[in-house]
Amino acid sequence: MNAHTPLFEVRDLRVAFGRNGVFSEAVRGVSLHVDHGEVLGIVGESGSGKSVGMLAALGLQPEGAKVTGSVRFKGQELIGLPRRSLRELRGSRIAMIFQDPLSSLNPVMTVGDQIAEAVRLHNPDFSRKAALDRARDLLALVTIPQPDRRLRQYPHEFSGGMRQRVMIAMAVANDPDLLIADEPTTALDVTVQAQIMDVLADLQSRLKLGLILITHDLGVLAGHADRVAVVYAGQVVEQAVVDDLFARPGHPYTRGLIASIPDMTRESERLFSIDGTPPALGRLPPGCAFNPRCHMAQDICRREAPPASLESGHIVSCHFAFTGLESVA
Amino acid sequence: MTRYILRRLIAMPFLVLGIVTLAFLLTTVTKGDPLTAIVSDRQMNNPEVVAAAKAKWGLDRSLPERYAIYVGNLFQGDMGTSFITRRPVAQDVLHRLPATMELVIAAMIVGATIGISLGVLAAYFHNTAIDHASRLFALFGSSVPVFWLGLALLYVFSVQWGVLPGPGRLDARAVAPPTVTGFMTIDTLLAGEFRLFLDAVWHLILPAFVLGWAVAGTISRLVRANMLEILSREFILTARAKGAGEFRVVVGHALRNTMVPTLTVIGYSFAYLLTGAVLTETIFSWPGMGSYAVDAARGLDFPAIIGVTIVGGVVFLLTNLLTDIAYVVANPRVRLG
Ligand SMILES: Nc1ncnc2c1ncn2[C@@H]1O[C@H](COP(=O)(O)OP(=O)(O)OP(=O)(O)O)[C@@H](O)[C@H]1O
Ligand SMILES: [Mg+2]
Repeated sequence: MNAHTPLFEVRDLRVAFGRNGVFSEAVRGVSLHVDHGEVLGIVGESGSGKSVGMLAALGLQPEGAKVTGSVRFKGQELIGLPRRSLRELRGSRIAMIFQDPLSSLNPVMTVGDQIAEAVRLHNPDFSRKAALDRARDLLALVTIPQPDRRLRQYPHEFSGGMRQRVMIAMAVANDPDLLIADEPTTALDVTVQAQIMDVLADLQSRLKLGLILITHDLGVLAGHADRVAVVYAGQVVEQAVVDDLFARPGHPYTRGLIASIPDMTRESERLFSIDGTPPALGRLPPGCAFNPRCHMAQDICRREAPPASLESGHIVSCHFAFTGLESVA
Repeated sequence: MTRYILRRLIAMPFLVLGIVTLAFLLTTVTKGDPLTAIVSDRQMNNPEVVAAAKAKWGLDRSLPERYAIYVGNLFQGDMGTSFITRRPVAQDVLHRLPATMELVIAAMIVGATIGISLGVLAAYFHNTAIDHASRLFALFGSSVPVFWLGLALLYVFSVQWGVLPGPGRLDARAVAPPTVTGFMTIDTLLAGEFRLFLDAVWHLILPAFVLGWAVAGTISRLVRANMLEILSREFILTARAKGAGEFRVVVGHALRNTMVPTLTVIGYSFAYLLTGAVLTETIFSWPGMGSYAVDAARGLDFPAIIGVTIVGGVVFLLTNLLTDIAYVVANPRVRLG
């Protein structure tokens, strides 16, 4: 591993689901990378393939999904890796947390046992007692009050925000290099969302985590991500450093997402939202996948898939990348 | 929790009284005349003998009187005397209860073990040959009558192949150990007779399997359905993302979540097993309450019939209570007040 090897690199990842022998791709050739200690935001509407893509990268795709492409972690190829070796990475070097903290904890196990399990799976020589001690420290790390008492409680005795803290504690139990957070705040109240993001951001910088932060909400990424990948219908349509993305959004979809960020300072009656809905699985329009919803679409957009253009590290896949930027501000 | 159990225990005597009353009333609506069991056919025409028998067994008194006397005696642990064995019913029943319990518990263990294993496998490998085979197994167990199954298996395994022993609790030549608990497996161990213990277990296998098959089928279907649902939950993904292996995911996380409904079904299957034991005991010459009950019913031995009903009822109530306690213990979200 040399200095140029990214921590985590995905190349041309494809995930297809079959129905009656016909396979349709939910993830259609995604490429992205995360460096040590870097925060990559992935943003896109529901159904764009964010979860399926990241799960597939760790070998956790749903039954029957076909996964191709390359996923490298510290230079090691994960696609096709034996299950056993993947298991050793999961939860120790690469951790993942999910959207719904209400259902992502086992209801019949105490919170302490669940965290201790994560510790002991990768440190078999730890005693139960030592693992529980570690679990208590982890609860304190994510600022849960009275960790000693909380350890012995069951998930239903925790609020949504507290459960997500538990999930975070569990994820960092073995000091991972990469954390994939799949919409960690979507299911929570607005006030709690900010707290959870603070806990995550704090841990990320303290533990020097590479972090992939998946979200619907580009606004969340403004303050927390280093770079952002915008996903539409299973493809990355734009990728840039966060400030650059906000300053010069090159794709009309990205501009739509920026326009739909709720603005706390303005008393807007109605939130902007992009017209239409994303294409269903296996129902892609010809040409650019976004064209039916794009106000800039021309004939070429309905005919040809747009090429990716690269401009000083800012990648955009659009026939009319960066056009009409002035009118956006 | 303790309060809940106390409340249930306090309710017990009233429920038992209900069972006694019902059992008592049921014997009065049967057509048979118990006198035929007491008095020989030849003596039936002799009014003096009949009257004496009636007086001796209390059959000359009115129903409410008999009921009051019976309940009064029951309080002192007296269930009357069997018409047939001429021994106290309480003694007869207590003597035979352990054999039935041993059979029923063995059947429960067999049924739960096979049922849970099959259910887990069927869910994990759903829509494969394993799943279909387990469905057939369950269907077979619930549709084939116990007596047919018992005779068929006895014929194949014992008579034809000779791999499993025939009826009875021990080899016919074996000398039974002194009765301590009445459980042959335990008594042989207490006597330090390990060979006899193995023989007892050996004799248990076939009847326990015959009796437990239907329960295994029911449990396997329930476990399969629950497992399928649980395996699609997000915390299963969490467990895999932690690096847990499949065995741990399936048994440690998923199965553990299905234990509450499974325990309940296992507990309630007790009633089925108790009734099923009647036929199984008859087929396997098992000296338990079931075969006693069959003899009592054939002979219109009313005290014995009522005694068996009461003891069976009490056992049933106790297992239901145990089931409910297990339910609470296994489910952290339930707090009974
Ligand atoms: N098990 C499955 N079988 C078939 N299709 C699936 C399966 N799981 C996901 N998909 C499809 O894959 C696509 C991407 O789903 P995914 O969950 O990755 O979206 P997402 O971007 O994470 O959305 P959200 O923001 O709602 O979480 C969807 O169109 C979905 O229908
Ligand atoms: Mg998702």
